[in-house]
Amino acid sequence: MITHPRTEELAQSVALWLEQIRPSLDPRNAFLARVAANAMQTISREITLGPAAEVEAVRLMAEVLGTSGTHAELNAELCERIQSGEMTVETPGLLAALSVIARDQIAIDQPNYRPEGSI
Amino acid sequence: MELDVRAALERLALRLGGEGATLSEAHRLSGGASMETWGFAFEGSEGPERLILRRRSVPFDPENSRAISLATEAALIQATGANGAKVPGVRHVCDPQDGLGEAYVMVRVDGETLGKKIVGDPRFDAIRPALARQCGQALVPIHATPAPAGLNLKIVDGALELDRYEEVYRATGARRPILELAFQYLRKHLPERVEPVLLHGDFRNGNIMFDPVHGVAAVLDWELAHIGDPAEDMGWICTNSWRFGRPDRPVGGFGDYADLLAGYAAAGGRPIDLSRVRFWQMLGSLRWGVMCLTMYLSWRDGAEKSVERPMIGRRVSETEADLVVLLEQGL
Repeated sequence: MITHPRTEELAQSVALWLEQIRPSLDPRNAFLARVAANAMQTISREITLGPAAEVEAVRLMAEVLGTSGTHAELNAELCERIQSGEMTVETPGLLAALSVIARDQIAIDQPNYRPEGSI
Repeated sequence: MELDVRAALERLALRLGGEGATLSEAHRLSGGASMETWGFAFEGSEGPERLILRRRSVPFDPENSRAISLATEAALIQATGANGAKVPGVRHVCDPQDGLGEAYVMVRVDGETLGKKIVGDPRFDAIRPALARQCGQALVPIHATPAPAGLNLKIVDGALELDRYEEVYRATGARRPILELAFQYLRKHLPERVEPVLLHGDFRNGNIMFDPVHGVAAVLDWELAHIGDPAEDMGWICTNSWRFGRPDRPVGGFGDYADLLAGYAAAGGRPIDLSRVRFWQMLGSLRWGVMCLTMYLSWRDGAEKSVERPMIGRRVSETEADLVVLLEQGL
């Protein structure tokens, strides 16, 4: 991969530019420009944090399910077993695994979000 | 389109204020995707009036919307207001002559609606500890208002709501284990049936006008009103997505469960168990998660073009982060 600049730096530069032009925009477009800048920051975080988060999610889902597969396969299998009622909140390790997966995803999507239970 | 609204408001000022009434102010207040709010004022024969116009900017589809028409909304504000609820006065319901489409006009109420300010602005420090109790009190006259005849309000309970949102979720094609688990858990913990009442339906921090001295000034944004479990309105204001960064204060980011429940009971509301509120709070997070998915899909399918939509889709993970904690805690 090219490192000068890295992909996430390209995304960050677009986010910065959007913030620079915001003051010249009408209120609706200024709002949308902020949203677009946030989208660029999300892309940047997904590039840097996403691969490790996915590896971790695959490991955790495989452990809970007692099987192996790609992220999409394991995720679908997990959904099916919950939907069928085979897995519940009582299933050992399930909530603990989902908790880590959710934490990793919110770190990409909205790092400033303070979830339920935060002090 | 702003020029059209402004011209229409000039005509409306004449209609409401009498001959010679001139518009002294008109500006758009909110940037919603389907609903516009305008503040305007005029000097009429009876003196100055400061008003709010609420109008739908895209055609209303009653078949596919959870929302009610603006005329129904105005009728509910009038009915609950007559029963003692804190609501803005309805000044005028627009008709074709006004050229504003589906719209109504209400009297402007001063105060703050931005949830973040209510939660954090020092102006609200003194009144903040009283707000949860006031919110409980504010719900009582709304829930005690007999639903006006002929409005065809939807009747909802926990099971119906889960059915509806699960159907929507399945139709999206998304596969999210935490949402699956929340559907399953809530179905196993449905509250006992209760006598259904008129609900505001979107009672949360952001839809309530607060005064820094007196607290609750007016309950706004009635478009999701329906009939159902009184705990639904309480659970929604406790949903963490509307606590604006203060998860430690479960009611709207400003107060505690006990104050909300005590305020409701003290004002004559039938006492409600916390576990029932928590059921609706969890369902609130789940519902918001599914709504975020559908907003993304409206962009993917081309119905909406705004960058806002796919980014709201990324808010599903906030509801998952909340739901997983609620599932660990239990109701």
